[in-house]
Amino acid sequence: MRKVRFLLVLMAVLMVGGPLAVEVSPAAADEAPATAAIDIDALRSMVDDLVAGSFGDKMTAVRDLADSGDDRAIPVLEAFLNGALYTRATDGRVVIGERRGRGLLLRDALTLEELEVVPTTAVNRVAINNRLRGMVRTALGSLTLMSPNTERRRQAAHAVFRARSADAEPLLQEALAIETEPSVRRRMERALAAIHLVHGTETEQRVAALEVLGRVSDREVRTLVASVLIQDSDGNPVEADDAVRAAAADALASIDGRLALWGFAVNVFQGVSLGSVLLLAAFGLAITFGVMGVINMAHGEMVMLGAYTTFLVQQAFRMWAPDAFDYSLAVALPAAFLVAGAFGIAIERGIIRFLYGRPLETLLATWGLSLILQQLVRTVFGSSNVEVGNPSWMSGAVEIAGGFALTYNRIWIIVFSLMVFAMLLVVMRHTGFGLRMRAVTQNRQMAASMGIRTGRIDALTFGLGSGVAGLAGVALSQIDNVSPNLGQGYIIDSFMVVVFGGVGNLWGTFVGAFTLGIVNKFIEPYAGAVLAKILVLVAIILFIQKRPRGLFALRGRAVEN
Amino acid sequence: MKNKLCALIGAGVLAAGLAAGGPVQAQDTIKVGILHSLSGTMAISETTLKDVMLMLIADQNERGGLLGKQLVPVVQDPASNWPLFAEKARELIERDRVDVVFGCWTSVSRKAVLPVFEELNGLLFYPVQYEGEESSRNVFYTGAAPNQQAIPAVEYLMSEEGGGAERWVLLGTDYVYPRTTNKILRAFLNANGVSDDDIMENYTPFGHSDWQTIVADVKRFAAEGKPTAVVSTINGDANVPFYRELANQGITAEEIPVVAFSVGEEELAGLDTAPLVGHLAAWNYFMSVDTPENAEFIEKWHQFIGSTRRVTNDPMEAHYIGFRMWVQAVQQAGTTDVDAVRQAMYGQKVRNLTGGVAVMNVNHHLSKPVLIGEIQADGQFLTVWETDDVIPGEAWSRYIPESAKLTADWTFPWVCGNCEEPRFEASF
Repeated sequence: MRKVRFLLVLMAVLMVGGPLAVEVSPAAADEAPATAAIDIDALRSMVDDLVAGSFGDKMTAVRDLADSGDDRAIPVLEAFLNGALYTRATDGRVVIGERRGRGLLLRDALTLEELEVVPTTAVNRVAINNRLRGMVRTALGSLTLMSPNTERRRQAAHAVFRARSADAEPLLQEALAIETEPSVRRRMERALAAIHLVHGTETEQRVAALEVLGRVSDREVRTLVASVLIQDSDGNPVEADDAVRAAAADALASIDGRLALWGFAVNVFQGVSLGSVLLLAAFGLAITFGVMGVINMAHGEMVMLGAYTTFLVQQAFRMWAPDAFDYSLAVALPAAFLVAGAFGIAIERGIIRFLYGRPLETLLATWGLSLILQQLVRTVFGSSNVEVGNPSWMSGAVEIAGGFALTYNRIWIIVFSLMVFAMLLVVMRHTGFGLRMRAVTQNRQMAASMGIRTGRIDALTFGLGSGVAGLAGVALSQIDNVSPNLGQGYIIDSFMVVVFGGVGNLWGTFVGAFTLGIVNKFIEPYAGAVLAKILVLVAIILFIQKRPRGLFALRGRAVEN
Repeated sequence: MKNKLCALIGAGVLAAGLAAGGPVQAQDTIKVGILHSLSGTMAISETTLKDVMLMLIADQNERGGLLGKQLVPVVQDPASNWPLFAEKARELIERDRVDVVFGCWTSVSRKAVLPVFEELNGLLFYPVQYEGEESSRNVFYTGAAPNQQAIPAVEYLMSEEGGGAERWVLLGTDYVYPRTTNKILRAFLNANGVSDDDIMENYTPFGHSDWQTIVADVKRFAAEGKPTAVVSTINGDANVPFYRELANQGITAEEIPVVAFSVGEEELAGLDTAPLVGHLAAWNYFMSVDTPENAEFIEKWHQFIGSTRRVTNDPMEAHYIGFRMWVQAVQQAGTTDVDAVRQAMYGQKVRNLTGGVAVMNVNHHLSKPVLIGEIQADGQFLTVWETDDVIPGEAWSRYIPESAKLTADWTFPWVCGNCEEPRFEASF
């Protein structure tokens, strides 16, 4: 027990530096009084097995190292896990490598004595595979139950829950006694209950465990509880204890009820998320097609230009301000708006203004334009995808109950799409530009005779639509590939949303996008992604037969002619 | 545009040759057709293959050409448009009179050009891993057949070393390659005692970007208690958002490993691979494999393309092997005549870039080693498992009952790609 506690303290020291074992400070090793459970030669032979042995040898070595309880084994295992364990090419000595500039600082794997700094080519990394990773993590997992790092403890509790080993019980009890973080406590209680359920012998204890488990909304817990109710091939219950079976049935019902509810909520979230992507992609089109009536096939390419602007901005950040990378999107947003907007104005002035009132020519011209823009980007940036990074605040997910996760990038995109929508509404309703824009689209002659420069308004409106498409490009670069073909994937969806929602009406676009998103996500689990898309398309076609002007039809003189 | 120009010039040269006194004059060079998409969705993967072919041809010319003649590449761009592949193939053979064609990536495009090559008796080298169930006398398949990629990968994941997976998720893009591969895999898994309840199959369109539902489904499927693995035949760009969603939803390779058959070094280039470490890919070649042949190949490639940041991948090696074999066969036959070269191809040997020797078999498939690699943080693969020896490619899967009966053997007495009986009666 004492040894274990010592290990925990040592682990704690090691953890402070961060998640990587390579950051082991030599001081920690020097100060640590060696718990010489076994002599170093025995350890060396285990480490040699870890490095050079067959797969079976490696598994045994991991087990032996974990069982040795020797503190010197921990940095080796952690380095092994993180791919920081190497052999030196010159003499085959097993070392732990730590990044130093472009090279590696080598330490002896067991004594942690500093050896030398070498280029990365002078060492060979010790290979690890998923099976071994899992084993090392389990071996280290129960030892990190009292780590000062909350996330570590959470993971440790989860590892113990998975392993459900009776040996871990006393340690878990001890950790639970001093745990203060509620989320970690819950996981530890869950792990303890799982151990009691599986290894317990008294009915009372197991029923109590099932009560705890029944309050958890998690699929793995559900599987565990359901396993109590398994019947053998003759239909007889495997579990002999009636009281336990009854408790398990109750727990299962309660878990299932909550999981169904959570599943529904997550479906709605995913639908809203898809809707927000559709909405972003369709905004620009809602203006150029919806308000101005231009069938703009190059709309998708404006989105693509926005995404490539994001890439360029990020490249600039990578080069000159790598520390501020998380703020790159804040710069990319106005940049993308301006770039795509400028392209939009140039296109309107250069091509589209000669084609007003001739939809077929507009369609062909803008389609040709979209090909030209794609090829332009392909020539400049190459045909491969470019790497657009997620800032750290957009990576990962917030884990909600039931094993469901809402990813941060999706959450931010929903927020962003709502912001863009609010901004557009304000521009259209409450600014002079918006007023003139609506005047021109509703009655061009009248607007012109009131002194509005309609040509200028046309250019600016098209610029606004394109700029908003550029903003969408910034958002889409976070969830999709940035390639010259980026825009093509969204053009059909955008037209669908605008036509469905009602041409010329931002609210229609808004409602249309979310309806399509949610409907799509509710069909998808049953019909698959391909069929879901087809069904939605068919539904829209039928809907348009009934209401040719979409959900929210514009009324007034402009529509009638 | 450039390619059209090339083609025009090619045609012009040919016309001039004809005018100057018959086709004999045009025979001073050997023409090598290259049929890879340089625009459209597949450009991302295929452009590199066009470049590697140009490099191999230039290299051969530096060594003095072939049969004393210079090799001339004729590049056509079928623009990721499947029917256009057939048209361009016809142009290459009939108008440009190329002696051999290296090209195609997707199975759809291969199926589109197949009738053209068979009708005009052309010769196609196809460099990509594919679903098998085909053997044409006019095509040499230098990529992996399912038994050289999919089956070993699944066997690895089933083994103790690979994690002992018992539940399987088969994810794929919705077209012929994933569907056929998954059909074979399902048959294989069933034969190994995996029930249909433990297999989940899902298809998505090309370029699918919203993976939320599917990844959540995979998570749910995997939470049933048995070790679960994902086999991905997702093709092209759709992989990037797929892996991103996996990482974001916190699925690590230890819990649910994903083995991919269409993700190589080139596809990882546009991706932050740190969250993907441990996910797997099965190929016959990895850039990271340390052999003198590979080092030389990579150096040549970097020199040719003018950047040391460009990666090499499996289909590039397939083109390398295919091209070297064709060169050897032409030298042996002393002519570029398709029938003579085909006969000379059987048994041709070329050293693999990853070690060992590739052999062309009578079913037009190669014997190659199979490697399984884990994605590393630097976008490369680390080999975690490989076959002891080369594996001969099987045109027809032994796990599909109706295919198991068929034999592909283009030598006497079979001379057939899909027969149950030899075409000729052997009199020996």
